[in-house]
Amino acid sequence: MESENIDSQRRKNIWSGILFGIGLMALVDEIIFHQLLQWHHFYDLSTTFIGILSDGLLNAFALFALVIGLFMFADLQRKQSVQKRKWTGGIFTGLGGFQLFDGIINHKLLRIHQVRYDVNVLPYDLAWNISGALLLIIGIVLLFKSKQERAGS
Amino acid sequence: MHHTNITHFLILEVIAGLIAIAALILYPAAMYYSKKKNRSWHWGRYFLFAAGVIIAASALTGPMARLSHTDFTVHMLGHLLLGMFGPLFILHGKPMTLIMRTLNVSYARKLSKILNIKYVKFISNPLIASILNIGGLFLIYKAGLFEFMHTSVLWFALVHLHVFLAGYLFTMSIIYIDIVTHRYSFLYRASVLVAALGFHKILSKLIYASPPEGIARPDGETGAMLMYYGGDIADIALIIILCLEWYKAAGRGYIQKLT
Repeated sequence: MESENIDSQRRKNIWSGILFGIGLMALVDEIIFHQLLQWHHFYDLSTTFIGILSDGLLNAFALFALVIGLFMFADLQRKQSVQKRKWTGGIFTGLGGFQLFDGIINHKLLRIHQVRYDVNVLPYDLAWNISGALLLIIGIVLLFKSKQERAGS
Repeated sequence: MHHTNITHFLILEVIAGLIAIAALILYPAAMYYSKKKNRSWHWGRYFLFAAGVIIAASALTGPMARLSHTDFTVHMLGHLLLGMFGPLFILHGKPMTLIMRTLNVSYARKLSKILNIKYVKFISNPLIASILNIGGLFLIYKAGLFEFMHTSVLWFALVHLHVFLAGYLFTMSIIYIDIVTHRYSFLYRASVLVAALGFHKILSKLIYASPPEGIARPDGETGAMLMYYGGDIADIALIIILCLEWYKAAGRGYIQKLT
């Protein structure tokens, strides 16, 4: 019973981090690339209907993830069961996962919009996806390490 | 856009204004009755209710209503106020709870019977409510209803009544502020909210790509972007309120465990 509880707390820490990470990256994408730099277009004419569909649902989910991730963290804090390493690992996993999904599925497969227009897009795509992969790897390593620590102690 | 009869639209403005004024007067009257029964009612609720009524009414009467006939962006602002922000504030005034308190027992029982009939149960399911709400919007902007409603005052009035009622129904099916007769789980309401918000975004992009007939491209684009980002603001409010409800419920279990 007790170990079950610890297990569920561990999962909650990871999920709170992942959800917050997904929402945070979506927010960064929106604020930096859409609004400030204006590299991304709200809509470019090559977008398929499936692209619009998936982008709409994904962004709606990311908005929700941002809020529920933070509320889950507040709940863990209140119950004094925050595990910072797991939470941080979760955040990186969420950040990288969203970035990579956005870069490969949304930009390339569904062609919702490109990273930047009127330039050779290849270096931008590489930078985008490699940084996403790096974040994801950091997240997975952090989660793996925190697991090992628990097993070692 | 041309209108066959501008006076008919003026009549509609007057009716909408009168309904709003009636609501603004009836609410404190109900508060007074409730107080007479020794059940006082917080004034703050009236301010929320009044704010909602004024926000919703401003879309249908006055300068914004007149501009909305010719300016698509103003039209879209009106729809955000009528279908999202107005209902959100009115719901926080808890009008249904106040009505229940004001009515005597036999009438309150009748009202609660009405709230429990199958039809009401059916439409207040979050999924059905959001189909009525977002589906209605798809009919307006993608099935020609937008062009059609500007040719007849009656249709114009019906469509706007639907936008308000469906918006209110949707809001109260997602967040439990006022009386709730049929409860649904947090996860179900959260999923429906995400899907509804998603389809709201999808519709605004489709409007951006091809605005309704008679709307110039730049007008359609600004209107669509207002719909997209304005909808975000309303929806983040709904998300925060829904998650706050989850947070409170999660704390209740914890506190019970401690004692």
